[in-house]
Amino acid sequence: MALESRQALAHAFSHGRPALVTYLVAGFPDRATSIASIRAAATAGADLIELGVPYADPLADGPVIVDAANVARSAEGGFGLAETLALAAELTADEAMPPLALMTYLNPMLRYGLPRLAADAAAAGIGGFIVPDLPPDNRMTGTWLAAAEPLGIDTVFLATPTSTPERLRTVAEASAGFIYVVSSVGVTGERGDLPPELADLVERVRHERVDGPPIAVGFGVSTPEQAASVARIADGVIVGSAIVKRQRDPGKVAAFVTLLAEAVHGA
Amino acid sequence: MSDLLPSAGMAYQGADAQGFFGPYGGSFVPETVVPALQELTAAFEARDESFERELAGLLRDYVGRPTPLYRADNLAAAVGLGRVYLKREDLAHTGAHKINNTLGQCLLAKRMGKKRVIAETGAGQHGVATATTCALLGLECAVFMGVEDIRRQALNVYKMRLLGAEVVPVEEGGGTLADAVTAALRHWVERVEDTFYCIGSAVGPHPYPTMVRTFQSVIGEETIAQIAEKGIGRVDAVVACIGGGSNAIGTFYPFVVGVPQADRPLLVGAEAAGMGLDTDRTGASMTLGTPGVMHGFYSYLLQDDAGNPLEAYSISAGLDYPGVGPEHAYFKDEGIVRYEAVTDAEALAAFAQLTRLEGIIPAIESSHALALLPRLAAELGTEATVVVTVSGRGDKDIDIVREAGL
Repeated sequence: MALESRQALAHAFSHGRPALVTYLVAGFPDRATSIASIRAAATAGADLIELGVPYADPLADGPVIVDAANVARSAEGGFGLAETLALAAELTADEAMPPLALMTYLNPMLRYGLPRLAADAAAAGIGGFIVPDLPPDNRMTGTWLAAAEPLGIDTVFLATPTSTPERLRTVAEASAGFIYVVSSVGVTGERGDLPPELADLVERVRHERVDGPPIAVGFGVSTPEQAASVARIADGVIVGSAIVKRQRDPGKVAAFVTLLAEAVHGA
Repeated sequence: MSDLLPSAGMAYQGADAQGFFGPYGGSFVPETVVPALQELTAAFEARDESFERELAGLLRDYVGRPTPLYRADNLAAAVGLGRVYLKREDLAHTGAHKINNTLGQCLLAKRMGKKRVIAETGAGQHGVATATTCALLGLECAVFMGVEDIRRQALNVYKMRLLGAEVVPVEEGGGTLADAVTAALRHWVERVEDTFYCIGSAVGPHPYPTMVRTFQSVIGEETIAQIAEKGIGRVDAVVACIGGGSNAIGTFYPFVVGVPQADRPLLVGAEAAGMGLDTDRTGASMTLGTPGVMHGFYSYLLQDDAGNPLEAYSISAGLDYPGVGPEHAYFKDEGIVRYEAVTDAEALAAFAQLTRLEGIIPAIESSHALALLPRLAAELGTEATVVVTVSGRGDKDIDIVREAGL
């Protein structure tokens, strides 16, 4: 089944203003509450929902997301990639739902089977994948892209402050949907200050692929003020841990995302 | 993929440029550390004569190499083999093979201008070896160790602190080796600019499996030379224990690349069956695992249906790892090495046997390799000659053995 255009990641960046990307953990603290929190984020102005797949060994994530994933996984029967796909299908049936990207680690994908996963993800209306431990230039990557690309599923790769110019080019050229710029070294989680070199990093990524996909910045963006400052230099702002911290209460998610959306869309 | 595998007539060459051994290995890590791995690969490949000379000098005068190849006649008689030779890595400085690798990696770190080294440890042997090497070379050192292992290996924790290292307790998961690796990798993502990650086993993203194997190959190279020097003649089997697989790959690799297949002894790896292969308390990733990615590499892995790594169990804190080095996975598939699983009870019996009969107290890890001797006697006959790598000494395991009621 082909994706609808409203489900493609590009749709999130087509509103003529910076996009707000919100990350939530699927199944946290339980399935029903996670659905309510995701819908609350969408209604409050999120342009793209990044849906975290609970995983036992998330190398790129900080304590907030690690703990949330462990709570989700402890559900009766577990909560993993298969459950996240079913949850996504329920969300995307709603025409008002913004595009969804799954953030997952590689091993659940391999266990599921890459071709089967691409087919099931497209059927669930998932527009893209962000896989922190899948490098852009590896033979496993080719296998995944060969399955996902024909179905219209974008794969987003990550550019980081430690990346050499050559790596930035590789990441920028391989990314589809958007390019994920990691604000600073380290795992996901709130930071007091974003590094002053961030604007320069965004420019360097843009320079590597001038007509490339939009650039969104994440890792450490946790306040409306930070979100606004990032929105002035990038096409999108990704907020994760600061939302997950509120994810047990959809009302708090709604209130917080409303503030973020005002800050990002008005920047 | 098959064009990347060595063809029948071609000598085995190790990993390809992306770090794959057949389908296994590779590098699956967050982009933040990719440049550091590239820098490390370049530094590793640029080792020159002065590096090799410095390392060889330290291995000889500081570690006490070559370690002896000791003929254990009492043990041979008891297990029903003709001759048993023990490769005595337990006699290396710090009491295990781990120092072969930490010296190599930390010398590299120093040449790369890094001031700070981190490591993970299970039994504490790699932690002690890293702390020792950092003390010697004047490097700052932090060792990540699961809280369960800190409890099981109090002596080594104290040693590391005496040596000036910081021991960082890891509470996540089961508080064992795999959790320590995750914590160290996550820390490395945060501090990659000034920190060198000294991995203790033949695991992790490229180039670690190749690098660790290279530094540990001194075990097998010496063994081959000693077999010739002593006029031992035909060796029927060579045995080593496997958690991540560093002493085993260091033992086996020189036989794989240096001895023609027709003359090559049977190579056998002993992994931890824990409470038994039919229980969920096991560390037998080769026997029970399926291929997957963990800690940045693709290999056999104990995992659930959703692809989450499972908690491994073994009485040995050095073998309770749910994965295994990628080169071992390749050797298994190609039939180059055979892998068998040994239970806690079998390892304890072998521990007691070597202690009583030869006056050598082996590490509980190494005892897994020793436990294969009766099986090999049944298979190869009473005239057979077997070499066992005793990867470490067992002082650290006295409390565990006492708890187990030996």
